[in-house]
Amino acid sequence: MTAPTDRGVVWLGSPTFPDAARTALLDTQLRANLKRATTTIRAKRHAAATELDDWEALRDSAAAIKRRTARHLGRYLVQLEQTVTAAGGIVHWAGDAAEANRIVTDLIRETGETEVVKVKSMVTQEIGLNEHLLDAGITAYETDLAELIVQLGDDRPSHILVPAIHRNRTEIRDIFAAEMGRWGRPAPEDLTDDPAELAEAARQHLRHKFLTAKVAVSGANFAVADTGTLVVVESEGNGRMCLTLPETLITVMGVEKVVPTWSDLEVFLQLLPRSATGERMNPYTSTWTGITDGDGPSRFHLVLLDNGRTDTLADTVGREALACIRCSACLNVCPVFERTGGHAYGSVYPGPIGAVLTPQLAGIDRAATLPFASTLCGACYDACPVKIDIPALLAHLRAGVVESERARRRLPTAEAMTMTAAATVLGSPALFDAAQKAGSLGSRAIARDGRIGRLPGPLRGWSATRDTPALPAESFRSWWRKNRDSDR
Amino acid sequence: MRVALFVTCFNDTLFPGTGRAVLTVLERLGHTVDFPPEQTCCGQMHFNTGYRPEAASLAARFARVFAGYDAVVTPSASCAGMVRDGYPLLAERHGDGVDEQRIADIVPRVHEFTAFLTDVLGVTDVGARFPHRVIYHPTCHSLRGLRLGDRPLSLLRAVRDIDLVELPGADSCCGFGGTFAVKNAETSGAMLADKTAEVRATGADVLCAADNSCLMHIGGGLSRQGSRVRTMHLAEILAATERGAS
Repeated sequence: MTAPTDRGVVWLGSPTFPDAARTALLDTQLRANLKRATTTIRAKRHAAATELDDWEALRDSAAAIKRRTARHLGRYLVQLEQTVTAAGGIVHWAGDAAEANRIVTDLIRETGETEVVKVKSMVTQEIGLNEHLLDAGITAYETDLAELIVQLGDDRPSHILVPAIHRNRTEIRDIFAAEMGRWGRPAPEDLTDDPAELAEAARQHLRHKFLTAKVAVSGANFAVADTGTLVVVESEGNGRMCLTLPETLITVMGVEKVVPTWSDLEVFLQLLPRSATGERMNPYTSTWTGITDGDGPSRFHLVLLDNGRTDTLADTVGREALACIRCSACLNVCPVFERTGGHAYGSVYPGPIGAVLTPQLAGIDRAATLPFASTLCGACYDACPVKIDIPALLAHLRAGVVESERARRRLPTAEAMTMTAAATVLGSPALFDAAQKAGSLGSRAIARDGRIGRLPGPLRGWSATRDTPALPAESFRSWWRKNRDSDR
Repeated sequence: MRVALFVTCFNDTLFPGTGRAVLTVLERLGHTVDFPPEQTCCGQMHFNTGYRPEAASLAARFARVFAGYDAVVTPSASCAGMVRDGYPLLAERHGDGVDEQRIADIVPRVHEFTAFLTDVLGVTDVGARFPHRVIYHPTCHSLRGLRLGDRPLSLLRAVRDIDLVELPGADSCCGFGGTFAVKNAETSGAMLADKTAEVRATGADVLCAADNSCLMHIGGGLSRQGSRVRTMHLAEILAATERGAS
């Protein structure tokens, strides 16, 4: 695979996952916030999923629909272009982040506006649209409550669905009090950290934007190829405002979001809210098909984004990640995410799905530590509504990282040398037997009461909180040879 | 039935008592168990760390060594899972030197120890006695990999005089994950800290599981904390009898 052009996705200059995680773990407030939030949402999701008798059948259907659509993606995308165009929309094709940003910027400039409202969208985070617009003199206002918290705090999202999951309500109060005035209507002076008061402050702050904005930018959860209908699901109603009030609507959508028909959509509309927020149904589901005279935006643009997706599709194993519907169930059940939070992943897509999606979209060398940011415990696979076998994908991408390292470096890494040596030893029972004997002598020499304490080098981290058992005097094979082989 | 023990390289080297316990239980049930000495490692560490050609060559060795046995029994859920889930992939994608037919033949004959007892032999009471307070940790590869479900617990419940208590949060990972615990030692350590706190709060004497790798991890944490909770592979509990119990 050739090195990709800059596709965004990852935050440039981010430390590796182990380094970022080490820092994040020291933040006890962050860990407390995350533990509380993930524990609550896990229980809700579990209840919402298990109350349905046909939950497993729904997962199977969703997995089949996504995989079939991916196999015929080109056909469905062309069909979508035709149906959207027939309904009065204008379709644009963007190969990568830079092209999508350029298209959206030009479309906004054509309107003469310098401010846009935004519906929460992962794909515009992926391409870094807000930053790009700012450079072009256009201010994008996030209207989702959590995205607003992130934007006002000059922060980065740390979760796909709950981007401010790393913040508690006291921190949110402080951000609102300090920053709202710089972006528009200030927060009330006597603002407390009461959730209702915080929501009201956000509502008042955003109201003016909704009523004055002439242009909105959104992502899409789904697009129905059959009818050219775009779908956004949300909880707060901010999306509905953005999708209906402005004159121009620009939707940026990853090409994998297309579904063939409304019958297919029905499956996902059951799975997504239950997996995401643990609700039977999300409060707002907005659907629109092109433009309608006198009702909603009079201009609609759809930007179809590739940005690494067709490369991902070319990998018959890795392509499974494209089935993701961005519900975040895998993040919420992940024991690693629960400890480190999302920022440690250095990507707009954190957590288990981020660990398999980011290296594929951005290029494996730009996220080489992410496939290793998992114990392969499998909780993500069990929670995934579209049955992405994330542990299998992680193992697959680890092989990709090792292959890439081997191809790039003239000298092998210390790890590669260790692994090669281990393979040689394990490839020969005689060498293995000799290594066991040497290891037994050596480890018992440094052990105390059969336990080895702190160790230097690559085992420093491991041995900081764990004792390691010394090898026993006799291996199993040695015992067998002495006690059993002679019997036969 | 020709039964072979795949003890695993990890148990062979660090926990030989687990291999002996498997022999004790199976022989008590009237089976003859062979230990082909050419066996080494299933290749899981290499596979899970991204070293596929090395894993493929270990898989080929495994299939060669254990060809001809009716059943291969292993006291490790993760190694059994490696054979079941990893070997077909290795045969398909790293074909050099890996005999696909041989792999296809061996995979269904490899059994995790507790599943072999309950599903193949149809036994839950193996004649054990263990008068201690015990908690069971269903390791990730037992629970979500092999889907062992209730099998290990059904065997433990049949042990005489055992005081089996529940481990809260048992289905959460202990943080080991093989090389994860080295590459991401601090994150792993944060998961371990929660696991050991839950283990210690039960007041159990013994923590058992169907995999010594997770037990070495949790046990290493408990040992560093000065806890008296012992870790034991559940095969060793099933091997204990009136005379043998400590």
